[in-house]
Amino acid sequence: MREILYREAIIEAMDEEMARDDSVFLLGEDIAEFGGSYKTTVGLLSKYGAERVRNTPISEQGIIGAALGAALVGMRPVAELMYIDFSAVAMDQIVNQVAKVRYMFGGKANTSLVIRTQGGAGRSSAAQHAQSLEAWFVHVPGLKVVMPSSARDAKGLLKAAIRDDDPVFFIEHKLLYLERGIVPEEEEVIPIGVAEVKKEGKDLTIVATSSMVGKSLVAAEELEKEGVRCEVIDPRTLFPLDTETILASVRKTGRLLITHEAVQRCGWGAEIAALAAKEAFDYLDAPIERVCAKETPVPFSPKLESYVIPDKDDVIAGVRGMLETV
Amino acid sequence: MIRLTKVKSLWIYETMVRIRRFEERSIELFQAGELPGFLHAYIGEEAVAAGVCAHLTPKDQITSTHRGHGHMIAKGLEYKGMFAELYARATGYCKGKGGSMHIADQDLGALGANGIVGGGIPIATGAALGLQLKGEKHVAVSFFGDGASNEGAFHEGINIAATWKLPAVFVCENNGFAESTPRATHQAVQDIADRAKAYGMPGIVVDGMDPQAVYEVAGEAIARARKGRGPTLIEAKTMRFLGHYVGDPGTAYGHDKEVGKWLKRDPLITFAETLKQKKWLSKKSIEAIHAIVNNEMEEAIEFARKSPEPDLDDAMTDIYASV
Ligand SMILES: Cc1ncc(C[n+]2csc(CCOP(=O)(O)OP(=O)(O)O)c2C)c(N)n1
Ligand SMILES: [Mg+2]
Repeated sequence: MREILYREAIIEAMDEEMARDDSVFLLGEDIAEFGGSYKTTVGLLSKYGAERVRNTPISEQGIIGAALGAALVGMRPVAELMYIDFSAVAMDQIVNQVAKVRYMFGGKANTSLVIRTQGGAGRSSAAQHAQSLEAWFVHVPGLKVVMPSSARDAKGLLKAAIRDDDPVFFIEHKLLYLERGIVPEEEEVIPIGVAEVKKEGKDLTIVATSSMVGKSLVAAEELEKEGVRCEVIDPRTLFPLDTETILASVRKTGRLLITHEAVQRCGWGAEIAALAAKEAFDYLDAPIERVCAKETPVPFSPKLESYVIPDKDDVIAGVRGMLETV
Repeated sequence: MIRLTKVKSLWIYETMVRIRRFEERSIELFQAGELPGFLHAYIGEEAVAAGVCAHLTPKDQITSTHRGHGHMIAKGLEYKGMFAELYARATGYCKGKGGSMHIADQDLGALGANGIVGGGIPIATGAALGLQLKGEKHVAVSFFGDGASNEGAFHEGINIAATWKLPAVFVCENNGFAESTPRATHQAVQDIADRAKAYGMPGIVVDGMDPQAVYEVAGEAIARARKGRGPTLIEAKTMRFLGHYVGDPGTAYGHDKEVGKWLKRDPLITFAETLKQKKWLSKKSIEAIHAIVNNEMEEAIEFARKSPEPDLDDAMTDIYASV
C-alpha cells in the first residue's frame, strides 16, 4: 500500500468530499493561493475555484459564524482555524452558537460543519501558538471532537466528520503534518467514536492521543525489550468516546496510564481516569497514572519546551513507576 | 504644525538603521540555524515605528504585533536583551520564554509584541484608560496591521477608546497583505482610516514610507491624546519588503510583483538623501552611524551566544505572582 503525508491525507479527504458533494466548501485564512499555513489545502483552489475555497479576512469569530450560518441553510462548510490558539477569538460562535443551536431550537437545525484546526508544541512557537486545548471543546455538549494521530486516521475521520450531521471539532497536530503513513487508495471512511488498539499487550494499558500515540508506541517497543507488554489505545475521537475498547483493555491489563500533550489539570485524561475508576475499579492493580505537559504556558526556549512537553521517556518512566507499585 | 528638528531627524534615521540592521542580522542568524521558532521581518516599514516613537517617552505605552522587532527597538529596547531573547537565553527580555513574538519590557512602556492578530489593540485602550485614571499625560499607542483591522478586537478596542476619549493612538500599518491575502480581497474599504468615522474619531492616511510625514501626523495625534481630546486612527500605507515570515518567498500570492515599486521608496535611502540635502548627514556620518550600530549589534550577538540558557526550573516560574 502507498504511503502519504498526514497533511496530504487531509487534502485528499477534503478533495474527495468536495468532489462527492457540492455543498461542501472550505473557508479560512490563507487557504487559497497559499494552500494554508501548514499546506493542508494545497491544490484545492485550482480544482474547485475561489467560490468553494474561500480566503477569509482575519476574523475568526466571523469565520465560525459564517460556517454555522451556511450550515443552517444547508451547506457543509469546513472552516479552518489556523491555530487552535485562535479558537479563543471565536469562542462565542463555537461554544454558544455552533454547539448549542440544535438543542436550543428543539432539534430543528442543520449544523453539519467541521472546524479544522491544529495544535501542539515542538516548534518553539511559544505560548500563543502551541497549546493543546482539546479539553475545552470536549467539555461542551453539542460538539464532537476528533484528534487523529496518523495519516490514515486523519483522512478517514475527516471524511466522516464532513459527512456527519453534527458540528465536529477536528484537531490536527503541527508536528504530524510531515509524518508519512499508509493510507489506502480506495475510499475509507473511519467512523467517529471508534477507538483503535494501535498495539496489543497484556501488562498495562496506555491511552494516548494525537502526538502522544507515536511516542507511546516507541515507548512500548522499548519496554517490550524488558519484557513489559503495553497495550496502546488511541481513542481517535475524544467525544463520542469508545469507552468499551478502553475498559476492555483496562480489565485485561489491570493498569492504566493516560498520556496527552495538554496540561494535566482538568485535562481530558482526568475523564478517562474517572471512567476507569468507576467502571473497572475491581480490576485495577495500581493507581491510574497520567503523563501530561507540565502546568505552564508553552515556553519559547526549545530546552524548556521539550522539558514541559511529555516525550517517550516520560511515558516509559510512568510505566515503570506503575509496575513498581504492586 | 509639528516641525521635524535636526536632532529628531537624526534620531529617526539612526532608529531606522538600527531596525533594518537588526532584522537583516536576525535573518542571517535564523537561516544559519542559530535561532529557534520563526521570525516576521519589519524591513520596509521602519519609517512608521521610528516616526511615531520619536514622540514617545518611556512612560508612554505601546502594544505591538507578531512583526514587532521594529516597534521594540524604536521604543528603546536594547539589542542585547532582544538578541538574547531570539536566542532563547535567560538574559533575554523575557528570559527565553517569549521569543520573537512576545518581546516586551514594561519598564520601557513596551507592552509586548503579540502572537494574536489584533490582540494588542484593546490592551492599548486599557493602558490609555489606566493613564487617564491616574491623571498622567502619557499616551498609549497600538501598532497593528491591515489584517488586524478585520478582527473584532480592533472594532471593540477603538470604539471604547473613542467613547471614553482615551489618550490613545491607533497606528494601522497597512502593508497591503495579511499573510498571503491581498488587502483588496480581505476588506472592501479603500482606506482603513475611513473606519475611524464610524467610531467618532479622526482617521488620517499617511505615507508610511516617509518618516517626516509619519512624524508630523503622529505628532498631532499624540498631542491631541495628551491634551485629553481622545484617540486618532492613523493608517500608514507601507510595504514589507520580504515575505510574511522568514522563509516565505512571497511568490504564491503576488507579493513579489507588488514589492518592486516600493523598494524604490526605501525610507532608509530616501530619508538619508533628504538629510544629506539639508547637510544634516554626510556619507561619513552615515558610515559612522552604521559602524556604531554594527558594533553594538555584534557585541549583543556575542552576549546572547555566551549567555546561559534558562534553567529547567525556570519553566515553572512566572506563571503566577504567588500561589
Ligand atoms: C487571531 C489570529 N489569527 C491569525 C493569526 C495568524 N497570522 C499571523 S500574522 C497574520 C497576518 C497579519 O496581517 P496584518 O495584520 O496585515 O499584519 P502584517 O503581517 O501584514 O504585518 C496572520 C493571519 C494570528 N497570529 N492570530
Ligand atoms: Mg498587513
